[in-house]
Amino acid sequence: MQIYLPIAELSVNIFLILGMGAGVGFLSGLFGVGGGFLLTPLLIFVGIPPAVAVATEANQIVASSISGVLAHWKRGNVDFKMGLVLLVGGVVGSTFGVWLFKILRAMGQIDLTIQLSYVLFLSIVGGLMLIESINAIVKRKQKKTQKLHQHYWIHGLPFKIRFRKSRLYISATLPLGIGFLVGVLAAIMGVSGGFVMVPAMIYLLGMPTAVVVGTSLFQIIFVTANVTVLQAVNTQTVDVVLAMLLLTGGVIGAQIGARFGNKMQGEHLRGLLALIVLSVCAKIGYDLVSTPLDLYSIGLPGGH
Amino acid sequence: MKYSLLFRVFFGLLLALAANISPAQAAQAARGELVVDLSNPMVAITTGFTGADILLFGVTDGKGDVVVVVRGPQRDTVVRRKYQVAGVWVNKDTITFKQVPGFYGLASNRPIAEFAPLVIRKENQIGPGFIQMVPADTSFSPKEIGLFKDALIRNKQNQGLYSLDPDKLTFLGNELFRANLNFPANVTIGTYGIEVYQFRDKKLINKRTTLLEVRKIGFEAGVYNFAHRHSLAYGVIAILIAGMAGWLANAVFRRV
Repeated sequence: MQIYLPIAELSVNIFLILGMGAGVGFLSGLFGVGGGFLLTPLLIFVGIPPAVAVATEANQIVASSISGVLAHWKRGNVDFKMGLVLLVGGVVGSTFGVWLFKILRAMGQIDLTIQLSYVLFLSIVGGLMLIESINAIVKRKQKKTQKLHQHYWIHGLPFKIRFRKSRLYISATLPLGIGFLVGVLAAIMGVSGGFVMVPAMIYLLGMPTAVVVGTSLFQIIFVTANVTVLQAVNTQTVDVVLAMLLLTGGVIGAQIGARFGNKMQGEHLRGLLALIVLSVCAKIGYDLVSTPLDLYSIGLPGGH
Repeated sequence: MKYSLLFRVFFGLLLALAANISPAQAAQAARGELVVDLSNPMVAITTGFTGADILLFGVTDGKGDVVVVVRGPQRDTVVRRKYQVAGVWVNKDTITFKQVPGFYGLASNRPIAEFAPLVIRKENQIGPGFIQMVPADTSFSPKEIGLFKDALIRNKQNQGLYSLDPDKLTFLGNELFRANLNFPANVTIGTYGIEVYQFRDKKLINKRTTLLEVRKIGFEAGVYNFAHRHSLAYGVIAILIAGMAGWLANAVFRRV
C-alpha cells in the first residue's frame, strides 16, 4: 500500500516505513539508544531526500525520547539539574547546527557533511565500544576495585556547580560544551546524539551509569524539539506523515526490544551494538570513496 | 469528399463525448483544424497518489504526423560535478541553468526524426536534447556547458521526469488520435503546457496548446500549505503530536 508524503513529495510503501521504524525501534529498545543513526541513513537509502530525512528524524526522536524519559523518571533516574545545563548547550548547539545545515545545503555540500560526520563519529564510538566490551568479556572474572571516577585536568576548570543526583562537583563549562557538540550533531546528522552523549557523560563527566540514560533522554527531548521547529521554519523539511509512520513502528519495536534486552548480558549487547555501528559506518564510508554511477547530480538553487 | 466530411463530423462528435470537447471545438475539427483535449485537465495529488495517466484526444484534418510535448513548470536548476579529493568524491563545479522545465514528456505516432526536420525540432524544442538551457554563469567553455546539460537531461531521465523514448500516440482511423501521457509520483506541482504539433510533408502545419494543472488536494495540500505558510505553528504542532504519541506509547505499554 502506497502513501504520498506531502513534504518529501514522493510516494512510499506504508509497510516498508512501518517495518523500518519497527526494526530500528527493536534495536533501540534492545540497546537503549535512539536509533537515529540507523534510521536516517535507511531513509536516505530508500529515496527520502537527505534534508527531509534529517529534519523528520528529529521530530520522531522527540516522541521516542519522551516515551523513554517517562519510564526513567518513575525510577528517579533523571538528574534534572545536569539535564538543564546540557540543555542550554544543546539548544545553542542545535540552533548553530541548523544554521550551518542551511548554508551547507545551499553550497551543495550537505550530503558530504552528513556522510563524513557519520563515518567519523560512528567509527570512533563503535570502535571504542567494541574494544571496551571485548575487554569486559575477557576480564569478567578478574574483578578489580576501581575508583568512583578519575581526576583529570577537566576538574580544574572554573564555574563549578554541585550536581547532587550525579554526586558530582564539576565545572559547568564541561556539560555546556558536550551539550553544544551533541546539539550540532543532532541538527546536521538527524540523530539524538545519544551515542556520543552517553559515553561522554560516563567517561568525561564521570556520572553514575544509572542516571546517564534518563538524563540524556531528558535533554534530547528539548534539543530535538528545537531542531524540529528550526527546520520547520528555515527549510520546511519536517514531514509529519513520515514521522507518524516511523514512530508508530518504532514504539512497538522498542517495547519488544526492551524485553529481549533484559535477557541478554550487558557486554554482549554492547559488543553487538558496536558491530552494527561499525557496519553502518563501513557502508557509508564505502559509498564516499567508491566511484559514483554518475559524477553529475542535479538540484534546485538553495538546495530544495 | 462528402464522405470524408461526414466522417470528420462523426469523429468530432465522438471526441466531444469522450473528452468533453465543446460543440464549438467539434465544429472547428470539422473545418479542418487541429483540435485537442484532455480526459482530465487536472492531476490531483492525494494521499494514495502513485502517479497518473492522462488521456489526450485530438482530431486532425487528415493525413500527417503528430507530436505531443508536455512541459512542466520551469525553475532554475543546479548541476554539480563530483571530483575525487583525497579519495573522497566531493561536489565541486556547479552550473545553474535558468528556467529549466521540471518535467518533459513526448508522444508521437512514429519516430519524430522521420517526419520533423531538425530545424523545426530545434526551434520548437521538440526532444529533450533541444530543450533550451541557458547557463547563469558564462565562465565555462561551451564544451563544458554541453557536458553539464547532458548530465541534467540524464539525471532527469533517471528520475523519470524527462522522456527517454516518445510515448505511443495512436491514430484511430485517419483523423482521430489519442496518447496516454504518464506522470510519475514525483512530478512537480504547477501548470503544465501541452503542445500538439501536426506535420505534413516535413512541414509544421498546425500547432495547439492546452494546459494541465498538477496540484495537491485535500489532506496533502493542507499539510504542505500549512508547513509553508505557518511554518512556526507547523513545527510546534509537529512537536505536540510527537509528545502525545510518546506519552501515549508509555501509558499503553506500562499496563501490558
